[in-house]
Amino acid sequence: MKILVSIKRVVDYQIRPRPTQDGLDVELSNVKMSINPFDENAVEGAVRLKEAGVASEVVVVAVGTAANQDVLRHALAMGADRAILIETPSVVQPLTAAKYLQAIAQRETPDLVLTGKQAIDDDAAETAQMLAGLLNWSQATFASNIQLADGRATVVREIDGGQETVSLQLPAVISVDLRLNEPRFIKLPALMMAKKKPIETVPAADFAVSAPVLTVLQIAEPPARKPGKILNNVTELVAALRAEKVLP
Amino acid sequence: MSVLVIAELDSHGIKAATRSAIRAASQLGEEVHLLVTGNDVAGIASEATKIEGLSKVLHADGPAYAHGLAENLTPLLVQLAANYSALIAAATSFGKNVLPRAAALLDVAMVSEVIQIINATTFVRPMYAGNINATVVAPAGLRILTIRPTVFEAVAATGGAAALETLTATGETGQTTWVSRDLVELDRPELATARVVISGGRSLGSAEGFKATLTPLADVLGAAIGATRAAVDAGMAPNDSQVGQTGTVVAPELYMAFGVSGAAQHVGGIKDSKVIVAVNIDADAPIFQVADYGLVADLFTVIPELEAALKA
Ligand SMILES: Cc1cc2nc3c(=O)[nH]c(=O)nc-3n(C[C@H](O)[C@H](O)[C@H](O)COP(=O)(O)OP(=O)(O)OC[C@H]3O[C@@H](n4cnc5c(N)ncnc54)[C@H](O)[C@@H]3O)c2cc1C
Repeated sequence: MKILVSIKRVVDYQIRPRPTQDGLDVELSNVKMSINPFDENAVEGAVRLKEAGVASEVVVVAVGTAANQDVLRHALAMGADRAILIETPSVVQPLTAAKYLQAIAQRETPDLVLTGKQAIDDDAAETAQMLAGLLNWSQATFASNIQLADGRATVVREIDGGQETVSLQLPAVISVDLRLNEPRFIKLPALMMAKKKPIETVPAADFAVSAPVLTVLQIAEPPARKPGKILNNVTELVAALRAEKVLP
Repeated sequence: MSVLVIAELDSHGIKAATRSAIRAASQLGEEVHLLVTGNDVAGIASEATKIEGLSKVLHADGPAYAHGLAENLTPLLVQLAANYSALIAAATSFGKNVLPRAAALLDVAMVSEVIQIINATTFVRPMYAGNINATVVAPAGLRILTIRPTVFEAVAATGGAAALETLTATGETGQTTWVSRDLVELDRPELATARVVISGGRSLGSAEGFKATLTPLADVLGAAIGATRAAVDAGMAPNDSQVGQTGTVVAPELYMAFGVSGAAQHVGGIKDSKVIVAVNIDADAPIFQVADYGLVADLFTVIPELEAALKA
């Protein structure tokens, strides 16, 4: 069984993003970038399936600029077998990404596509479902447990107020939650080995992909909350909350 | 043309989040229709005609729609889309699961988690755990949106008089079968819609400590109990109590954070609360930057004092 894992390079989760001067983008120069945390869970999930003998090959794919080599190397160091970069001049929106991934999925014919449930830059949570639709494959979003057997995937999904279990016919697209697993810590030998693994670069122009896009008018910090007050004790707190009319 | 809101059902009928989506839909300035799908839900569909602000309720019934599976619902949405200028659902786990699949098939760049509707094509949505707001313009033609239910007040469940139309079901695709659902039984208000939410962090120490410390105060306040991801990961609180960027977004009148550091991913989910209170032993904890009122103190002394003060 072959698993394709789609990953995205995003501003590291510990960095506080700032709008650029022109207010049309987030400042990305000299900012620490990392693999999207949820995608890291997807890579970990795929590698564990390979280690368990369920999967035979794990291929990672990223859509974006040449800079994505670093996150692809990261995934290779985690245990993926090979990597594909669909090289685009800039970061693409979910529908465009889904169409490139569709093209790669049609070429690679995996049994399963795994990816994070959302990217922590746009927080859109769209790409996996879009890809499943384009391929006309089954889908499961927000997965916290995946079992593969007999050409089907049994998936536990995190839903509002609890969990749900669904059984998917393969091939399928599954987007994963942080709870799926704890990604491994990469040790130096694994990093060295990853340097020898292949990264194939495919220019975006090789695929005849076109998709409608959203036009960004403004990127801004949300209005700040009014400054707060540090109080001295519970009596003051209760008085303040009663004055705000949020306590009886 | 009109806009179509996709209803989400639970055991009580149409969810409040759907009525928030209707409020948002009405801001697009066209007639609003509601699509009710499910198995044997004629009663719910006819009840839905009373929801404020609707001119029509479309009802499609059949076993294929029983569990809201995206694979089975999408063909119906694609079929209906031709008659509408927008498809809208609440950004719940249901809406987020179904609408992107339909958007891809309709070749629409959708807008997710809308928090403000500026005009029929211009929307504001949060990014980067709520650290950034993006104002985006969707291309002309069909728009597909999920809206954040906490920022659009739900329309009333009664008072309307919409027409009811029955549709032919598109049927089962057979790709995915639903196995089971495990919902946490709540004996207190639902997190997403509670008027008061009290949250605890990893500092509560254990599942027993979490419960024993927060439950009595939640009872006095009639509050829902939330948790940080660290507390959830440590097994102190159930998954669905996680508040934040990747958990539940809340916007109560009062949010109280006990022993919560205030990481961006947590704060992203509480920013729209009317009043935020933080109790933390560390005066430099980032949570104090968003709190309206803070106590630099040990939560284990503050909580019993609060309870006593409120009972007095
Ligand atoms: C991709 C991603 C998504 C995430 N999504 C979320 C999310 O949705 N929600 C979320 O919450 N987190 C999320 N996180 C995790 C987040 O970054 C933080 O790690 C987490 O919120 C920290 O939880 P905490 O405040 O309980 O723990 P800690 O960071 O350990 O902080 C504990 C706090 O308690 C204080 N404290 C200790 N003892 C006491 C005491 N006796 N009385 C008072 N105060 C005390 C300490 O001073 C400290 O500030 C996410 C992380 C990632 C990478």
